Order: sequence, then structure tokens, then C-alpha cells
Amino acid sequence: MTTDLTALDASVLASKIHAREVSSVEVTQAHLDRIAAVDGEINAFLHVAGEQALSAAKSVDDAIGSGQAPASALAGVPLALKDVFTTTDMPTTCGSKILEGWVSPYDATLTTKLREAGIPVLGKTNMDEFAMGSSTENSAYGPTRNPWDTTRIPGGSGGGSAAALASNQAPLAIGTDTGGSIRQPAAVTATVGTKPTYGTVSRFGLVACASSLDQGGPCGRSVLDTALLHEVIAGHDPRDSTSVNAPVRPVVEAARQGASGDLKGVRVGVVKELHSESYQPGVIASFDAAVAQLTELGAEVVEVSCPNFLHALAAYYLILPSEVSSNLARFDAMRYGMRVDDGNMSADQVMAATRAAGFGKEVKRRIMIGTYALSSGYYDAYYGSALKVRTLIARDFDKAYESVDVLVSPTSPFTPWKLGEKVNDPLAMYLSDLCTLPTNLAGHCAMSVPSGLSSDDGLPVGLQIMAPAMADERLYRVGAAYEAARGPIVR
Amino acid sequence: MPAISRDEVAHLARLSRLALSDAELDEFAGQLDSILSHVKTVAEVATDDVPPSANPNAITNVTRPDVIVPGLTPEQALSGAPAVEQDRFAVPQILGEEQ
Repeated sequence: MTTDLTALDASVLASKIHAREVSSVEVTQAHLDRIAAVDGEINAFLHVAGEQALSAAKSVDDAIGSGQAPASALAGVPLALKDVFTTTDMPTTCGSKILEGWVSPYDATLTTKLREAGIPVLGKTNMDEFAMGSSTENSAYGPTRNPWDTTRIPGGSGGGSAAALASNQAPLAIGTDTGGSIRQPAAVTATVGTKPTYGTVSRFGLVACASSLDQGGPCGRSVLDTALLHEVIAGHDPRDSTSVNAPVRPVVEAARQGASGDLKGVRVGVVKELHSESYQPGVIASFDAAVAQLTELGAEVVEVSCPNFLHALAAYYLILPSEVSSNLARFDAMRYGMRVDDGNMSADQVMAATRAAGFGKEVKRRIMIGTYALSSGYYDAYYGSALKVRTLIARDFDKAYESVDVLVSPTSPFTPWKLGEKVNDPLAMYLSDLCTLPTNLAGHCAMSVPSGLSSDDGLPVGLQIMAPAMADERLYRVGAAYEAARGPIVR
Repeated sequence: MPAISRDEVAHLARLSRLALSDAELDEFAGQLDSILSHVKTVAEVATDDVPPSANPNAITNVTRPDVIVPGLTPEQALSGAPAVEQDRFAVPQILGEEQ
């Protein structure tokens, strides 16, 4: 009987490819076959690039065959790329009609790093339009379905990447996390995802949503796979002015250390404000069991209070739309993308008509809220106040990290809900981001690791682990230890 | 009292260069009102003694040596343009006839 290559972890596939037990072309083809078989139902991919992926795979096989060392620890292992990073050899749509069919004239730095690492890109994954949403229903190209229950949402905005992992269409994926878009999809699909420290993965060629919050990051089915990908994509980039000029944190070493299962001396804080009676009972039960497991592993667990986290949602939904209204002004129908023009319109009319036809509802709402929050007369009360709350949230974190090494909470207050359930109630949708937003506002790092299935509906739950800026390795040590103790999740 | 009126939403749409239909304005007016009513609570906790944070990285004035590096060719830069004329972006009339 042959092994199903699509069911294996990326680290296992890499070992087999590098030992020439299997070729990268075989592994890549197996995933392309899987995509062809299941993605009609899941809709994780907006674009599949079979030819390019196989060509990249062949280059890896040729190099290994001629005795060269692999280009990276993941050389030859294929990946699904969120359709918000630019690629010169396939379209970049950001899930929007306004960029339908657009091909970038340059590669994102992250794309370049994947190519240099010998990682074949299987295609581009579905997402909420310009990364605005928590369900992937805001994609102009139809929603992605959760492989655990195809009547439910896969999270968002990176629902395509998470669903691709959960349905074995890719062993690795890339997401972006502005307010939880890597972690919440990971939680609701029982996969792993990390939002690295702000500025540690280049934003060059990452189509901007909210520049002070956006962060690309790694997604996988295990903590070790996610760590291996983290080290491939992180690093200083002179082309991103907010890029941190410091060595990449030793996350792979931390993941391997953590897998030994010892957390003696690690201080864990349970955030009181992110443990509420309004959360789904099965989510709270799963979280409490995970915390008990961390204690068994030797961690010292205490409760900490971060009172300003209760204002994170309000601050975030002012700061993000403000930055969005500014960033998305670039879609003006002049230099690229869609243009609606009946031949008798002024440039101004063309812009307004194109943006009305090219943007979806959520994007329009956020552009208008941002325009409002930044307008004179409202600026101080709205945007200005939100920036102050951002300071207060960072202070809460700093105070908490005086006494603990990491903080934990559920990743999402709910398990995946039914498709369509919240599309007409934006505020209800925003509430699913409650636990993930503080990390983005502070520029820190956080990870979601599956904590099993909810006792009330049998659907995936995620454990969120948070750490200070430039301490990403702590996430991996604690995450890997917890993952090993938890054991496999059986459907 | 609503945080924002339908007329104000229509004004915002114009400022945002979004040619919205009446049906969209009707839908958005209520939604924006409920969102703004929620987020305006930030003003209650943001006291005068708290400094604002615009970006988590306290980096200012990132510069690089002024050396020429390869950039996009005109063909690459124009590759996604809706209309091109003489190696330039062709755009609709910018000034109205009455101007």
C-alpha cells in the first residue's frame, strides 16, 4: 500500500524528499491531484498554478539529485499562498473584483523567499476581500467551506489557507493577520497559525489593509511545521520601512525543545478579560482543559487582568478602517485594476463608479467608517482616542509580562458558525475577533494551536498563546509542549 | 439619537469616491450607526494624560543610501493599466467642461 503523501506533515515530507525517498514532483503532484479532487467543494483556491509548482519542484529534485544541499529545511514541500501577496507568475486578486485577473509586475519579498527556499507554490488561496472579514464570505469569488463541516465558515480572512491545510490540499500555507486572520481560521479548522511580531516578516508586496497592524505569517498542521516555515519567511527587508532589523528568533529550536514536553519554570497567565460567560461553553471547557494540561507539564499558571482589552474591539474598528480608507484610495481605476467608464465620464466619476462596482459591502463600510473617523471634527474623538486606547492595551500587556512569560486565552469565543449566519450583522461578525485583536494593536506575537473539539458541537477549538514582541520562540516552546501532551485530534 | 444620519452616510460615500445606490445607502446607514455607536466608547477611556500610539514600532526616518537600484521597466509598470497611450497611463478627463 502506498503512503498518502497529502496526509503527512511538512517536516516528514521534507526529510523524505531530501533523502530521495520520494521526489518533490511526486509530492507536489499528489497535492495537485488532491486539489482537483476536493476543491470543487471546499473552494480554498482562487488560482491553481500546477505547471509553475511542478517546475519549481523539478528544480529542487534536480539540485538534490546532483548532490547539492537542499535550499532550505522545507525545500521541495509545496505551499498554498494567500492571494494578498504579489506573484509575477499568477494573478493577485485579494478576493476582490477590482483586481480580477491582475498580475503584479513584481514579487513580494515573501514570495521571493519562498522561491529561494525551493518551496513550490501550488496556488493562491481565497480570502475575505482585502483581508476584511472573519468568515471568507466577503470574497468576491464565493466563500470557502470548512472541511470539518462544509455548511460552516472556515474563519477569515485567511479561510482559504486554513481550509487548504485542513483538507490536505497543502501541507503548508501562508496567511496574514491584521486582527486575527491567521489565528481565528486556524482555530476553527484545527490547524496551527502564528502571527509573528509586527515587522518581522516583510510587508513589501503584501497588498495593504491596515499598515500598522498587517503581518504575514506561517500556517501548518503542526507546531514544528509552522516553526520551519516561520524561519523561511522572517527577516529584515530594506524595502519595508517598518521591518525590524534584528536576527530571526530561534523558533525551530524552541519547537523541538517544547516537544520534549517540559514546561518547568514557564509562567503562564490566563487573561481574565478573555474568559467570559458570553463565550460558547464548549470553547471555555476546551480552554480550561488545555490550561490544566499546561499545569501538568510543569508550567506555573496564574490569572492576570488586562482591563483595557475590553476596549480593543472599539479601538481596532476605528484604527483599521482609518488605515483602510487611506490605503484603498490607491484603487482609483487609473493605473491598474478594473475601470468602469462609459466614455462620457470625468475621472472623478470613473473613480466613484469603479469603486462602487469593484468593492464589496464590507470594504465599502470600512472605507466610510475610516473616512468618518479621520474627518475634521471627529478625528480627536474617534481616531485620536483609539490611538490612546492602543497605548493603554500595550501597557496592560507590559504589566502582565512583568510576572508571566506567555498569556493564554481561547483564540475565538465560538466554534465555526453556519455560512450566512452573520453576513448581515457586521458587529456580530466583529465579535469573533475579540481575543485576537489586542496582540495586533500592541504589535506582539501570538499563535493558535488546536485544543480539541468542543464538547457541545464537536467542532474545532483553538488555544491562543501570546508573547511579547521579539519573543516568538516562547509561542513555539509552549505550543509544541501542549501539542505533544494533547495528542492527535480524532474526528 | 443615531450616531450618524443617512445624509451623512451619503456625504461620506461622496468623500470616499463610492457611487452608492439608494438601496446601499439605506442598508449602510443603519449598519454604520450601530458600528459607530459601539466604537465611540473609546472616547470615554482615552484621557488627556495618555499618549497616542500610531505604530507599534518606534522607528522614524528610515533611510537608505541614495544609490540607483533596478526598478520596473515602463512596460512592466504599465502592464496592468486599463488604458495606455505613448508609454503613459491614459486617464479620463480630469476637469469638468464647466471648469
